[in-house]
Amino acid sequence: MTSYLKLDHIDKTYSRGGTTTNVLKDVTLEIHKGEYVSIIGHSGCGKSTLLNIVAGLTDATSGGVLLEDREVNSPGPDRAVVFQNHSLLPWLTVYDNVRLAVDKVFSGTRTRAQRHDWTLHNLELVQMAHAKDKRPGEVSGGMKQRVGIARALSMEPKVLLLDEPFGALDALTRAHLQDSVMQIHATLGNTILMITHDVDEAVLLSDRIVMMTNGPSARIGEVLDVHLARPRKRLDLVTNATYLKAREAVLKFLHERHRFVEAA
Amino acid sequence: MTTPALKLTGRDAPPRAGGAATATVVAMPSPKRKPAADRILPVLSSIAANVLPPLIVLTVLVGLWQILCSSPTSPLPSPTAILDSSWELIVDPFYDRGGLDKGLFWHILASVQRVAVGYSLAVVVGVALGTLIGQSTWAMRGLDPLFQVLRTVPPLAWLPLSLAAFRDGQPAAIFVIFITAIWPIIINTAVGIRNIPQDYRNVAAVLRLNPIEFFVKIMVPAAAPYIFTGLRIGIGLSWLAIIAAEMLIGGVGIGFFIWDAWNSSLIGDIIVALIYVGIVGFVLDRIIAGLGAIVTRGTAAA
Repeated sequence: MTSYLKLDHIDKTYSRGGTTTNVLKDVTLEIHKGEYVSIIGHSGCGKSTLLNIVAGLTDATSGGVLLEDREVNSPGPDRAVVFQNHSLLPWLTVYDNVRLAVDKVFSGTRTRAQRHDWTLHNLELVQMAHAKDKRPGEVSGGMKQRVGIARALSMEPKVLLLDEPFGALDALTRAHLQDSVMQIHATLGNTILMITHDVDEAVLLSDRIVMMTNGPSARIGEVLDVHLARPRKRLDLVTNATYLKAREAVLKFLHERHRFVEAA
Repeated sequence: MTTPALKLTGRDAPPRAGGAATATVVAMPSPKRKPAADRILPVLSSIAANVLPPLIVLTVLVGLWQILCSSPTSPLPSPTAILDSSWELIVDPFYDRGGLDKGLFWHILASVQRVAVGYSLAVVVGVALGTLIGQSTWAMRGLDPLFQVLRTVPPLAWLPLSLAAFRDGQPAAIFVIFITAIWPIIINTAVGIRNIPQDYRNVAAVLRLNPIEFFVKIMVPAAAPYIFTGLRIGIGLSWLAIIAAEMLIGGVGIGFFIWDAWNSSLIGDIIVALIYVGIVGFVLDRIIAGLGAIVTRGTAAA
């Protein structure tokens, strides 16, 4: 496997007034095509900043992001983002929210009818076709996030970026959405980079877990390979030795070696 | 296109037809249609509840007016005296005897036309300037102090300057409407643009919307509730200013009609005209509010 997405020596420094804060220090990571990589760390460790840099929404101070060996430094549909708070446009229906993305990305290459079918297909993928004419305000939080995922998938991104996509959801809804994402990943083979602070979520979904040290000057502390066969079943894993070991490793990293220091 | 369809299971999924759950069908007795009186009565009572209170208040007030102004020495005419003196004006708003001797409809129409032109210009320029100072910090710093001072200038204070510049009553009045209506539109639009959540900007960035698409698809709908607040204040101010401006510039128009009636001591005509002015102002406000409700539906339910 060759490197598909490469984060190359990324540094990020914010300066405000006379003080400069180093958020990220020398973050280097290579992600292969079809791989599911999670970035986990305590809040404030700069993991969202890192995702924004990959998305192109924030500029790195030094270093860069390479996608298929080409540098990317501005946002684009090849790196679609599923935002933590869904970020659907409330004045558009569920269908129109996805259609906006489809029209923008495929306006030159597909006919109207094809774009319509593609929009519906993506809504079906996340099981939201039944609510296509509703507005985001009329559906539940989990449904909104499903539409957010459909919108991102509809752009046929090279890399799907998930920014704590299930953080704002209750535990049951979160589990359902995690299952959905696993099935989509299994079927479409997307390359996914996910930010999370949930250890179980990271172990369940990922091929590799990237553990960040605490900021300031956060860097990659450890990378853990999760050698679990797919498809993974939530219930089977509860007693799976590999799963428990991976879980323990992440927990130890987060709570023994890199305890969250409130004062930092 | 190439991706196979998936069937996922999720809590948010719709229940599949023909699922495992079984239910017995219980025949319900078909509901009998209620007698007509039972269905009409609630409608009538709800109409009565809404219409009766204003009707009663209006009757009491007009009665009070009648009592207070019925003495022969009263400076203002009573309602019956107005009916008597201004009967032609009330029953036929469409007469036209040439010159300024026209029915109220024609005067109102002339005023509304001036407002329409001045206000439309104010909407276009106001939304554009508001967007500019909402988007650009530099433009805001440069223009905001100027706007804050200019917006406190009373509408009529612009009229002499406007007359001097345009050398004609018609464009001068339109300019006064424009300059009166534009400030609330600029300021509210700017606030609306400034309050667009970063999330929407991120979505636009990921989709690579160009500036025009961003303006049409994100900015206008996101700022619409604010913009329409400005538009409603603007139309109200326009209507306030047109009456005063027309009193000074003359010609056909409800403002000059009132001034003319005063000069001819036709107090009854003035009162009839005031009622028209109030109703038209109310209708203008409702039109903009209705447009706003249509355009911003969904936005409020974010």
